[in-house]
Amino acid sequence: MTTQSRKPEWPLWEVFIRGQHGLNHRHVGSLHAPDAEAAIRHARDVYTRRNEGVSIWVVEARHIAASSPSDKGPLFEPSESKVYRHPTFYDIPDEAGPM
Amino acid sequence: MYAQMVTSEAADDSPEARAFQARIDAGEKIEPKDWMPEAYRRTLIRQIGQHAHSEIVGQLPEGNWITRAPTLERKAILLAKVQDEAGHGLYLYCAAETLGVSRDDLTEDLLSGRMKYSSIFNYPTLTWADMGAVGWLVDGAAIMNQVPLQRTSYGPYARAMVRICKEESFHQRQGYDIMLKMCRGTPAQKRMAQDAMNRFWYPALMMFGPSDKDSVHSAQSMAWRIKINTNDELRQKFVDETVPQAEFLGLAIPDTDLRWNEERGHYDFSEPDWTEFYDVIKGNGPCNVERMTARRKAWDDGAWVREGLLAHARKKAGKVAAE
Repeated sequence: MTTQSRKPEWPLWEVFIRGQHGLNHRHVGSLHAPDAEAAIRHARDVYTRRNEGVSIWVVEARHIAASSPSDKGPLFEPSESKVYRHPTFYDIPDEAGPM
Repeated sequence: MYAQMVTSEAADDSPEARAFQARIDAGEKIEPKDWMPEAYRRTLIRQIGQHAHSEIVGQLPEGNWITRAPTLERKAILLAKVQDEAGHGLYLYCAAETLGVSRDDLTEDLLSGRMKYSSIFNYPTLTWADMGAVGWLVDGAAIMNQVPLQRTSYGPYARAMVRICKEESFHQRQGYDIMLKMCRGTPAQKRMAQDAMNRFWYPALMMFGPSDKDSVHSAQSMAWRIKINTNDELRQKFVDETVPQAEFLGLAIPDTDLRWNEERGHYDFSEPDWTEFYDVIKGNGPCNVERMTARRKAWDDGAWVREGLLAHARKKAGKVAAE
């Protein structure tokens, strides 16, 4: 497998679709397109052929900053020990009524 | 199966590789930025790439019938199906690209013959009944393989398979619907359906790849969970599900040795001609040259569009920056 490309490719875009009114846009995949306008058009064809969306966001993949797998510990472990952030931590007597 | 005989490389025995295997054994998904053995990465590029190429080349045998569909409705359905195949190819190319290979490299590796696509697409589609046989048998065989791959260890591949499987069921059902219509039609139409069945049965069985006893790459791929079932398991499952469907259509399976084996709880059936399979893989099938010529022409003819739109986008971006 070669790894050197000869000609520049269309940039890679990440596609986010709002499935229904009231929901967040969700990442569904990626595609190549020369510009944002074409990326939305391609996203329509590639990711919403069966009524999957009511709105599309595209963002060029190079603009996305991501945490790295090695940051998983420092980023997420602190919250593991903070059980008091969850409602189930508190033992409320039944007599207090619905809460 | 759309990926046949993918060469799997052996895993090394480093502590990282052992930890990696432990993650897979625990059912964790591997994501693009996670550490992975080079052999896993390269094997997956080959497998996903071959799968993607099969979806793209797979448009050609059916594309042949878009302008010849018997009704406007059938034409719209076939067009939608072929468009889905393009979409499936695109989902899979994107999954492969997360492993650090570029789209153009994958395309060029297909066009130069370094990468393969499924043997099935090197057979011609001679009559309208072939659209039925392809949807029913070829997509049916693909589903057998693709459904378990939704649980494969590589996250982007698994997610692409989920999308694909959702759409694939339409493909198989529209194919069966064509067969049903023809089998309930005139005697000539039924003969046409039987002829398509006769030509596609063994090539469909070949899609699962060589027999387990000759399949050298399975063990490592199965340990990595990029292959979930063996070739023979899937082939048997396909035969068991397809025979009753053929009986319902009133079509004969072109295998005089096909019979229900009470003891095994499965159908016994004849293996395809593996010499033919290896010959098709090597490039000597009825349509290999035609398929590759069509792909090369599409790639070359599209070059000015790819370059032109990129130049236009850069010019526009330059204007915005200058304002």
